[in-house]
Amino acid sequence: MLVKTSEGLRYSEITPKQLYLERRKFLASLPAALLAGRELLAPSGRARAAGKFANVGKSPLSVADPPTSYKDITHYNNFYEFTTSKEAVADQAKNFKTSPWSVSVEGLVKQPRKFSMDEILKLAPLEERIYRHRCVEGWSMVAPWVGYSLSVLLKQVQPTEKARYAAFESYFSTSQMPHASNAGLPFPYVEGLRLDEAMHPLAMLCVGLYGEDLPPQDGAPVRLVAPWKYGFKSIKSIVKIRLVEKQPPTTWNLSNPGEYGFYSSVNPQVDHPRWSQATEHRLGEFRRRPTLMFNGYGDQVASLYQGMDLRKNY
Amino acid sequence: MRSRWAKVLVFALCLGPLLWAGWRAWNQDLTANPVEYLTHFSGDWTIRLLVIALAVTPLRKVLGLPGLIRFRRMIGLFAFFYGCLHFLAFLWLDKDFEVREMLKDVSKRPFITAGFAAFVLMVPLALTSTAGWIRRLGGRRWQLLHRLVYFSAIAGVVHYYWLVKSDIRLPLLYGSLVGMLLLYRAVGSYRRSAVGAPHPPINSAR
Repeated sequence: MLVKTSEGLRYSEITPKQLYLERRKFLASLPAALLAGRELLAPSGRARAAGKFANVGKSPLSVADPPTSYKDITHYNNFYEFTTSKEAVADQAKNFKTSPWSVSVEGLVKQPRKFSMDEILKLAPLEERIYRHRCVEGWSMVAPWVGYSLSVLLKQVQPTEKARYAAFESYFSTSQMPHASNAGLPFPYVEGLRLDEAMHPLAMLCVGLYGEDLPPQDGAPVRLVAPWKYGFKSIKSIVKIRLVEKQPPTTWNLSNPGEYGFYSSVNPQVDHPRWSQATEHRLGEFRRRPTLMFNGYGDQVASLYQGMDLRKNY
Repeated sequence: MRSRWAKVLVFALCLGPLLWAGWRAWNQDLTANPVEYLTHFSGDWTIRLLVIALAVTPLRKVLGLPGLIRFRRMIGLFAFFYGCLHFLAFLWLDKDFEVREMLKDVSKRPFITAGFAAFVLMVPLALTSTAGWIRRLGGRRWQLLHRLVYFSAIAGVVHYYWLVKSDIRLPLLYGSLVGMLLLYRAVGSYRRSAVGAPHPPINSAR
């Protein structure tokens, strides 16, 4: 009878402890390796400098993070007027009529005015700004937007001393957005910023993406981008900006005040009541990454909120 | 319906969604957010198959097709299979196999608590789904145990309802389906007890 003793097992046959401990890391890195391989086979990034805004200046406000692919930025959108399916917005919005278009800037201003899209495009030199974008749902991307600081537009109409907030309104029409009633939100979509937030250089009036016109699904023809706030603050397809004295109503806050506050600055320490905001899933990456305070724009914007309880003013 | 091929067909239909997801993965077509896609896909098919499994008994009676019982175990096990994939997506893609983090979420986030409960409730049902276990438990006790599926389905709907942001159409759809299927049973059981009739003979799961 053959009895195998433990002497038969050499140390070299045992999985080294280090390797054994890293098995989890290895498992977790598999899909990332697959993604990387896929990227080699079919690069998802888009050749830049092809579109109509190809020659705009590069902004010093850009971050160094590699931009998310054009396809991902344009096929993963929250635009509830069209549909609540992020993958379907591109298709549902493809016939969205964005011309003629104008933005009315009114309220507590000395020179209320309606800006045509042509005027908006010429108000200031356009520039490309590569911004991080963090959705309240826990995903993020990096987008090369084209536009300029919103303050340029606001200065044109000369806000009065009484003006303390900017209230924004999106385009809305049931004929162009027939499925809007499924969203469970009141439309038109409205958003707001405190005036000092709106005047901050980072707050951007955006007309383009990847050197081209904004596609409908990303908020054509003109949208707000406030990169230190959750994405829903960056209102799309703006038709009206009204300067007001009191904090204006905002759509998600109206719909669910306990979950979506007026400020909604990106804050990894303050969880959404239903999920953690400590980490995020960056499109194109596999493992979740830590979310940064003010989405990494703390150096620029933290002073706006000095002395404020960010847990209360979520 | 009687032929062996009917079972093969149901098996293939239940496996279809997974093959479809595999095909999309092969073509790098899992949307911009494959993690979310796989999580939602597996969750969607768990609740769908649970609803279908719960519909087997009412359909047998309403349509007069008692033979449908042959497919119930397979459908239920497929619901559990997609539930496992859903749980794996959560544990792996979302929690990176950090069991402690996972348990923290389970205790802290009501929608995850509900989803986890729905999953855990399915485990004993899957384990005791064999003919051997039916024999060992005895038909009545086995049937009593397998009523846990009602609570699993309810917890699954609650999980979904608590997850969505504002578009509640799908959670409401599944909620009303589960509600109707449970109501059907409640009414039947009330009628039986009202007329004092004994329970109908218990079906073996075969």
